[in-house]
Amino acid sequence: MIAAPVLASFDGAFEFIFTPQTSNVTGGKGVGGIDQVLELALTQLEVTVMALALALVIALPAGLYFGHRGAGEFVALGLGNAGRAVPELALIALMAAVIGVGGLNLTVALAVLGIPPILTNTFVGIRQVDRASVEAARGLGMTEFEIVRKVEAPMAIQSIFTGIRTATINIVATATIAPLAGVATLGEFILGENVYGPDGVLAGAILVALLALALEFSLAGLQRVLTSKGLKLRPA
Amino acid sequence: MASPVLLAAAGQVGEGFIQERSSDTLPCQAKPSHLFCWDWASENIDRYGTPALQQLELVLISVVLGFVVAFALALLAHRRRWLRPPLLAGTGILYAIPSIAFFLLLLPLTGRSRETAIIALSAYTLQIIYRNVTVGLDNVPESAKDSARGMGMTNRQILWRVELPLATPEIIGGLRIATVSTIAIATLAVFAGAGGLGTQILGEGNLHFPTTILIAGGIVVAMAFAFDAVLLTIQYFATPWRRAVSS
Repeated sequence: MIAAPVLASFDGAFEFIFTPQTSNVTGGKGVGGIDQVLELALTQLEVTVMALALALVIALPAGLYFGHRGAGEFVALGLGNAGRAVPELALIALMAAVIGVGGLNLTVALAVLGIPPILTNTFVGIRQVDRASVEAARGLGMTEFEIVRKVEAPMAIQSIFTGIRTATINIVATATIAPLAGVATLGEFILGENVYGPDGVLAGAILVALLALALEFSLAGLQRVLTSKGLKLRPA
Repeated sequence: MASPVLLAAAGQVGEGFIQERSSDTLPCQAKPSHLFCWDWASENIDRYGTPALQQLELVLISVVLGFVVAFALALLAHRRRWLRPPLLAGTGILYAIPSIAFFLLLLPLTGRSRETAIIALSAYTLQIIYRNVTVGLDNVPESAKDSARGMGMTNRQILWRVELPLATPEIIGGLRIATVSTIAIATLAVFAGAGGLGTQILGEGNLHFPTTILIAGGIVVAMAFAFDAVLLTIQYFATPWRRAVSS
């Protein structure tokens, strides 16, 4: 039976998550356990949220503005395309080697990964809003800002959220290799196999996957809350 | 299909390269002020051939596998609409799991191998391709299908001769996104022990040496742009009616 040894290796990982284990590198000091897990998970969540916030502050207004004006299509779409081609590992390693390690540098590097999907999807979402609705809003006497806020953005919410979710997935995934940039996230367990052992590596993988899924489900829920009732009536 | 050289090199190439790197130190390597060491690059560029080929092989197999599965799922959901919510949610979960975690979670099952990398990478492409094929099929105008029905076509003929050709732009669009993303993410295949250009970035000697990071990263980006251009060209020739409209 192949299942038994496979399940056994997961047993070790779960044990690592909940109770500190002895490690032959730390000189008797326990590694792993729920306290360290929570601390590292919180750090990973923290850098993810900060990088996402930074990416949003830059990319969302830019996407709304250019989408509304119908300008800068080449840049908005090209950036989205180019952003996907950036290898995360190279980005983080280069940043650490050239600019230096630390939380601020890491946040900026992670935000760089989040900007293209948010910008592109916001732009495309706004462009796809029915022009007749926009004209009707203009006819009602809405200002350009009101048109964006009350008509275009609510109708583009699905596309905008696709961008935000993609950005979040990219950022939280890349935050896993943050220890390369001197920030201890859950990736610490993965990159420090000589300290945490194979149980630690597997535990790190389980925790990173859970954290990413928790963020994905939260954003899906938030999207449902923010989608206007009128838009939900249409069969998606 | 896979060359025995690549198979043999997968997984082992990383450590050897890293050890080699730290022992030979060229003048401009020592100073951290050098962002890019041309001397070292011109002498060592042949180190990147095998990892680049490994990465290319991983990407091609993963994208083809992902495309076949996602395409089949999309066709299934096209006929049976109740399958859509669970398929979207299922592929969404696979998409959201970070690749590094996916690789490592597979290790107890498949070990450090190319298979591990390919399973995780193709699972990642499913959502992108599935969603684009579904959107493409949904966007086919009802009038086109009605005309086909009026000409006496069967449902199967309508699918293969009308709906799928008209959905080609979205399908290739999905393939472009999936291919470019997978080329970049396959850099992480080093965590699955499957080699690739990540071997030239990760490790003691490499991590603090910008030249090798820039070369490896540069090859990845160039590869991504090249594949994007090829797929864009295919799309251009596969949809002649679009050109007729736009010109």
